[in-house]
Amino acid sequence: MAVRMELLVCGGTGCQASNSNRVLEVLREGIKGANLQDEVNVLMTGCFGFCEKGPIVKVMPDNIFYVEVDEDAARKIVAEHVVKGRIVDEKIYREPETEEKLPEQSSIPFYRKQIRIALRNCGKIDPENINEYIAADGYMALAKALTEMTPEEVIDVVKRSGLRGRGGGGFPTGIKWEATRKSNSDIKYVICNADEGDPGAFMDRSILEGDPHSVLEGMAIAGYAIGAQFGYIYVRAEYPLAIHRLRVAIKQARELGLLGNNIFGTNFSFDVEIKIGAGAFICGEETALINSIEGGRGEPTVKPPYPAQVGLWKKPTNINNVETFANVCPIILNGADWFAAIGTQKSKGTKVFALAGKVNNVGLVEVPMGTTLREIIFDLGGGIKGGKKFKAVQTGGPSGGCIPSEHLDTPIDYDNLTALGSMMGSGGMIVMDEDDCMVNIAKFYLEFSCDESCGRCTACRVGNKRLLEILTKITEGNGEMEDLERLRELAETIKDSALCGLGQTSPNPVLSTMKFFYDEYLAHVKDKSCPSGVCTNLLKYYIIPEKCVGCTACARVCPVNVIHGEAKKVHVIDREGCIKCGECYRTCRFNAITRK
Amino acid sequence: MIKSLEELKQIRDKYKDVLQNREAEENKIRILVGMATCGIAAGARDTINAIVEEVRNQNLDNAIVVQTGCMGFCYAEPTVEVRFPGQSPILYGKIDAEKGREIVRRHVKGGEVIREWVLRG
Repeated sequence: MAVRMELLVCGGTGCQASNSNRVLEVLREGIKGANLQDEVNVLMTGCFGFCEKGPIVKVMPDNIFYVEVDEDAARKIVAEHVVKGRIVDEKIYREPETEEKLPEQSSIPFYRKQIRIALRNCGKIDPENINEYIAADGYMALAKALTEMTPEEVIDVVKRSGLRGRGGGGFPTGIKWEATRKSNSDIKYVICNADEGDPGAFMDRSILEGDPHSVLEGMAIAGYAIGAQFGYIYVRAEYPLAIHRLRVAIKQARELGLLGNNIFGTNFSFDVEIKIGAGAFICGEETALINSIEGGRGEPTVKPPYPAQVGLWKKPTNINNVETFANVCPIILNGADWFAAIGTQKSKGTKVFALAGKVNNVGLVEVPMGTTLREIIFDLGGGIKGGKKFKAVQTGGPSGGCIPSEHLDTPIDYDNLTALGSMMGSGGMIVMDEDDCMVNIAKFYLEFSCDESCGRCTACRVGNKRLLEILTKITEGNGEMEDLERLRELAETIKDSALCGLGQTSPNPVLSTMKFFYDEYLAHVKDKSCPSGVCTNLLKYYIIPEKCVGCTACARVCPVNVIHGEAKKVHVIDREGCIKCGECYRTCRFNAITRK
Repeated sequence: MIKSLEELKQIRDKYKDVLQNREAEENKIRILVGMATCGIAAGARDTINAIVEEVRNQNLDNAIVVQTGCMGFCYAEPTVEVRFPGQSPILYGKIDAEKGREIVRRHVKGGEVIREWVLRG
């Protein structure tokens, strides 16, 4: 009997964390109980990207998209939808503002503007079943490259497609391949950089979890193009599910002869090994990554020579990021012109962004290059949480910068983001609202960079520490005007003198917030106040006499007993002893307490 | 072991059906089968399974089979509705497995509306 209905359960890390494994079991039990197991199939797929609303269950071919499915909801979906064809109303996605119910995935604004190339199979196929990948034209690109194209033709297609590195650098992929091809050596390597480390970015993990074969196939094509027979995937230990799915995928590909000797009967042989990294941010930098694979310390080395000339084990090596490899197969199959027709003049194709922070629809989106920040945050992202005001979006992780509202209509591509003092990075996008203090945000990213600095060069090791000290001084209310000058000067110096990409970009959060939010720095230094009410040391709590009804609630929660007043009369805070814990502020039901 | 492009294509075609359910594009022909209590009691499960099988047998990549709730024609169950993109739907009544297969062959594949079974449209 042919399967007529399928229930796709998201098996990404996010949905698994909210119990999608159990949901899958309940659905299977229910379907067995209704004796429909031959007609209705339940399977686990990769990430749908809509992590905010997980666990996601999608019913096909009905194309009904259920959100936040728990065990009870799973039982109901079986009893109502699967057995009787009635949609379970309460688990349909609702538009946050209009409350409009949108049962079909294609009608949800989060998906409407997306073009999924790198994520094409995520949420569609079972990542642990190679046959489903093959059914979705998997390994056809490798077959085409090996049997119909010369390595030079493959490189030419990738070059003309305009694909640029998706890991942060934005270097043209085809030119990198060509450089490695031209390096003379019997042994060469392909490395997949899966050391995704930017806070809030998880597109590489999603691709590895949802479509691992697309990365293996992309790597094999790169191997053919540059003349390498061996590849490494460098993936961090924090990604156990991705590692598991990769292992399964490599095993299945070897069994079918899609990895190994004489692939498709040609004289091309290629195999892949997984290297698990210990999770140091710096190991995403390619020379540090190579040192780490070789068993050395994860420290960068000076470039040139580039890995294309002297890489792993001193052999020419081509390193690309996960998302870059995932783009390769569609380019080979559909041609360079198809890919180059999407995007902007200098940035082709699509980019996956990880939306996080104060935005309604947290998750992964893949949009054409040139989509504006406003479209991503307000159309796909559904706007700011709790109806608050947008303040800035941080792109590019700790190496990127904060972009304010006046630049929301900028079409996103590599060059525009760099011009704004930020960068594409790996595609992390953290949205901030009026309650975020930009000085504090800069401090947060700097703390990260200080933790992750490998310590090799003075500029980064000492410079960032000093930057952090100045920022801490400012957020604690001890900043002086000279500090702002020092901050800028030091940041510029680090940018110019650090050894690797991490050091050269780590002052970006400071510089970009100083550029766009200088008034907040001034408020901290001159007025000793934090306009967003974040920096605890700078806050002063007041009771507004007109609003206070004398309910005594604040006085009762104050842990240091500095709020005085009789019942039903206006209270006062004695700021001398106030420890600024904010309990009174959170307790007051009459909005009678303010902080400045 | 796959040793040629042909062998890869064979595997792809063998599993192509698996993904057919998952590609619900708007420009496909939709075949809706009423699967409420009344429909099921009248044998709609046999009907829908027969239709799914026939769609696969006829290699109709452009058709998807969807179950739906009660269409309000309980006296004429099982009901089957055929919707070509951009055309008004044709609703058939009292469709058993055999008639279901015939609808797939004559209407969905051949484009011929089987007038004598039509309830509406």
